[in-house]
Amino acid sequence: MASLNKALLNYCIALGDDSLTLGHRLSEWCRNGPFLEEDLALTNVSLDFIGRARLFYTYAAEVEDQGRSEDDLAYLRDCRDYRNFLINELPNGDFAFTMARQLMVDTFDMGFFEGLTRSSDTTLAAIAAKAIKESRYHLRRSQDWIICLGDGTDESHERTQKAINDLWAYTAEMFEMSGEEQQLVDAGVAVDRATLKTDWTTSMQGILKQATLDIPTSDWAIGGGREGQHTEHLGFLLAELQFLQRTYPGQQW
Amino acid sequence: MNQQNLPLFEIFIRSKRGLDHRHVGSLHAENSEQALDYARDVYLRRSEGVSIWVVRSSDITASQESDVESFLDPMDDKPYRHATHYKLPKEVDNM
Repeated sequence: MASLNKALLNYCIALGDDSLTLGHRLSEWCRNGPFLEEDLALTNVSLDFIGRARLFYTYAAEVEDQGRSEDDLAYLRDCRDYRNFLINELPNGDFAFTMARQLMVDTFDMGFFEGLTRSSDTTLAAIAAKAIKESRYHLRRSQDWIICLGDGTDESHERTQKAINDLWAYTAEMFEMSGEEQQLVDAGVAVDRATLKTDWTTSMQGILKQATLDIPTSDWAIGGGREGQHTEHLGFLLAELQFLQRTYPGQQW
Repeated sequence: MNQQNLPLFEIFIRSKRGLDHRHVGSLHAENSEQALDYARDVYLRRSEGVSIWVVRSSDITASQESDVESFLDPMDDKPYRHATHYKLPKEVDNM
């Protein structure tokens, strides 16, 4: 039982980390969006992810029951303690890269949160029910944008294809299970992410085809996020995200 | 992307069931579907409505300020057209 509790804690933290890192990346578009309306839309999506992170961290803190808060989990852990997929921490790149990543993550989230709504853990199921509504809208946006960019000008097509190619190696990690997570699947708590890959690939093929983009064939893959092995980019992200709490511990406003 | 190239849309929001859609502002978008998406993000961030209409600004035909004299003023001297001349029974509170 104790080991299952630890597994649940790690699970919630990892899901919170996925949401927080991507939410932070999207927030970097604030005032940098290609035009006002899209700037607002991007930051709105960012807030959805940050809201999710709060829910997962709050629940993690409750499961841990050691007096740590959601803020402690977000602001006072270092790179090696973060458990997010690498795809979420990569720098935004150009607009095509940001939207290509959204398409990959949003498509994954649709399958993942749909599964999580059936979790035997009622808190996780409730978070998933909220998240899937948001993801449905996120996906509508990223899907429309990728089709618009891929089937757009020569330059937008080229940039989007490059983004898809560059990101592809980072998607494999989303479908790799750890032993600890498998325990939670067996207990009816977690989603078996390995089973989501077929549907995800089919959806991606459909959208990329419509966008006149090629689906990458390389099966070179990179991972390690769930074990705390990150790209060099996460440190910089956390430096900005955590600066205030690190410099003025316990500061509030 | 150059915003100058994006068409302008007028946004109408129904704040709750039973009320009319009201004009709330305008925004730029590639097409009407995208205008709906942006309208949601720009105008409904705090659950201000239950329904959105978008219409291309160029599709609106508007009366001209310079025409006011011939177009709208003539109604002013026909007070008998105003319902205020009718005596309403007490039972009718709001008309």
